[in-house]
This record gives sequence, structure tokens and C-alpha cells, in this order.
Amino acid sequence: MELVNIFIKASFIENLILSYFLGMCSFLAVSKTLKTAFGLGLAVIFVLGITMPINWLINTFLLEEGGILGQDLTFLRFILFIAVIASMVQLVEMIIEKMSPALYNSLGIFLPLITVNCAILGGSLFMVSREYNFGESVAFGLGGGFGWFLAIVALAAIREKIKYSAVPAPMRGLGMAFLLTGLMGMAFLSLLGIDPSAIGN
Amino acid sequence: MAETTIKKEAVFAFGKKERKLLTDPLNDNNPITVQVLGICSALAVTTLMKPSIIMAIAVVFVTAFSNLFTSLLRKSIPKEVRMIVQLVIIATLVTVVELTLKAVDYPIYKQLSVFIGLIITNCIVMGRLEAFAMANTPWKSFLDGVGNGMGYGIILIIVSFFRELLGKGSVLGYKLIGSSSEALINTQEVAFMSWYQNNNLMVLPASAMFLIAIMIWVHRSYNQKLIDVS
Repeated sequence: MELVNIFIKASFIENLILSYFLGMCSFLAVSKTLKTAFGLGLAVIFVLGITMPINWLINTFLLEEGGILGQDLTFLRFILFIAVIASMVQLVEMIIEKMSPALYNSLGIFLPLITVNCAILGGSLFMVSREYNFGESVAFGLGGGFGWFLAIVALAAIREKIKYSAVPAPMRGLGMAFLLTGLMGMAFLSLLGIDPSAIGN
Repeated sequence: MAETTIKKEAVFAFGKKERKLLTDPLNDNNPITVQVLGICSALAVTTLMKPSIIMAIAVVFVTAFSNLFTSLLRKSIPKEVRMIVQLVIIATLVTVVELTLKAVDYPIYKQLSVFIGLIITNCIVMGRLEAFAMANTPWKSFLDGVGNGMGYGIILIIVSFFRELLGKGSVLGYKLIGSSSEALINTQEVAFMSWYQNNNLMVLPASAMFLIAIMIWVHRSYNQKLIDVS
């Protein structure tokens, strides 16, 4: 039950994009069509869900003072986390290239850029600062990824509809995407402070 | 005749093409408003102007030198592990920036520390390495890095100017408009436009999205060729 709470909290209340504004670059650039947004969202869920437990293991057993090496190596956290993330993304890139070349081409430069998606590194750092255990970090990774996925699919759907509206020419495309994200973020601000563990009690 | 001499001194040439590499990211190919790279830190740092300026300088340094080093190494990096190599280069440079800042200006370092670390995950750096430095000569890549860093910095400074002015009523820490809380106590000291109430919306990250949206609107109204036709 605790894990479900963390999942719900990570995907809705503390949504990585709409509450923390992490991972904006690919969020704005790949949300033009629903199909690519869907593909990138799935890739982010996968990468977040895998890197979070791996980073948890590295952080607990290698870097912290009680680990195998018996020394406090937490100053290496950034470099090791980013190395794990980079190798996972490379793996995803190879898989997508084999499985679906069309998706691979439409994602373009934004596939390698998942590595520098702030949401991934930010998620790992949140996990450390909130002192999650292994199960919780898996739930947080999947939940955060799911929230990211929902947000990008929602924005892509809105952008596909808004194409038929009379938006002023200079605001078309990117300008509207910024405005919409700002408004969606304002809406999500009102969810802050809801405690899912209190619901049902 | 003139053409042959230009070809000989090609390594550090600074002609029309090179100048274009520097000025293009400021306008036609701006990293934030056109290429959509590096939004996260643009939202997070820009509540005040001074950290934004420091941040802009740090990013110019990191983009320029990571572009340079990646371009020097580009022929010996295997394609499969290129991202890890690039990230090591970026992380090293960011560490240099962080330690320098810690030594030179400790209060600002305290204020910025998380975001200096997050330059590693700033998409501009990685994006330019992937898109430019892996395919171009070192000198050109260096100029491209400086240009893109500046294009990013300009947006950062403009956004932070408006956010600080409207959110806190000050510019670079100097009170300009509205009445400060001290002024309410000491009625002698009333700032210009004392009726102005600080707009707390401007402190929220969402306001940066609105400001960038407005900037895109203005930018594209002047620069019609950037308008999204799709």
C-alpha cells in the first residue's frame, strides 16, 4: 500500500514536469505529434524504472559509508549516476533502432538527449535526498516515469487539437507549447499538499 | 588568388562564416527560443538577476570548451560509447567551474550550487556536442559553443530581469519600484512607483514559461522566417 502511495504521489502530485519543471527540453520538442510523444514517454518510463534501482544499489552499497568499500564516496555520486543513465539510454537507443526504425528516426536527437533529461538525474537525486528504500525507489521511478508519460501525451494531444485554432502566427507551435505548459503547471500547483496516504482513512 | 590564401590560413580563420557561427545562435538559431534546449535551468535560476548572469558565464565556458575538446577527440571516440565520453568531458568542466566559483565568490556559490551541478544535464551542452562538435573542426566548434552559450545567456538575463523587476521590484538587488517592507516602517524611504505591489506569480516557475512564450511571440513577429508553418 505504501508503494502504491509513492507511485500515485510521484505520478500526479509531484509530477516531475508539471510540478518541478524537470525534463522540459524533450517535453517541448517531441510533443508535436501524439505518436512520437507516446514513444518517448514509454522510453522515459523504461529508463527511469531501470536507472532508479540501479542507482539505489550503487548509492547504498558502493558510495555510502556503510558500503563495500567502507568509505564515504558520495562526492562521486554525480559522475556514477550519469554514467549509469548514459549506458541505459544507449541500450534503449539500440533496442528502439532494432525494433522500430520509424520511431527511431522521428525521435532523432532527442533519444540520446534522454541522458541529459533533467527528470532522470533529478529523479535519482530526489531518491537519495528522500532516503527511499529499494522497493520505494522502484515505485518512485515507475511513478515518476508514468507521470512524465501522462504529461507529454496530454500536451501532445492538446497541441494536435490546437493546430485547428486561430492562433496568432508567431505563437504557433513552440510559443503555444510554452504557454500551455505554464498553464498546466499552474493547474498542478493546486494538487501540491494532497496526501494520498490520508485518503481512505 | 585571394581564395588560395584564405584556404591556407583556414585553421584559425575568422571570416564571415565564423562570425555567423557566433551570431546565429543569438537570433536565428537561439538555443532556447528556436532549438528548445536547456529550459530547466532557465526556469529555476531566473528568479534573480545576479545568479542568472553568473550562470550564463558558466554555461558559455562549459559549452565552448566541451565543444572544443569533443571536436579534438571526435575521430577517436567510438560511436557506441560517445555519450559517456561526452558526459565525462562535461562533468570535468562543470567541476572546474564549480571549484572556481567556490574559491572566487562563495555566497553566489552557495546560492547556485545545485544548478551549477545541473549544467551537466543542460541539454544545450550535450545537444551542441551531438549536433555540431562531432562533425566539425575544433575552431569552428569552439565558436559554435561560445555563440550558443551567449544565445542561452541572453535569454536567461532577459527573463531574470523581468522576473526580478516584477516579482521583487528590484534590478540586480537594487530596489527600483514598489515599496519595500522597510519603506513601510520608515515612511521617509519611498521608492519610485510606490503603488506597485510585488507580483508573486513571477516567483513561480510557471511565470518563466509565460515570459519565454511572450519572448517567442515578439521574436517571431520580427523574424518572420522562424514562424512554425506546420
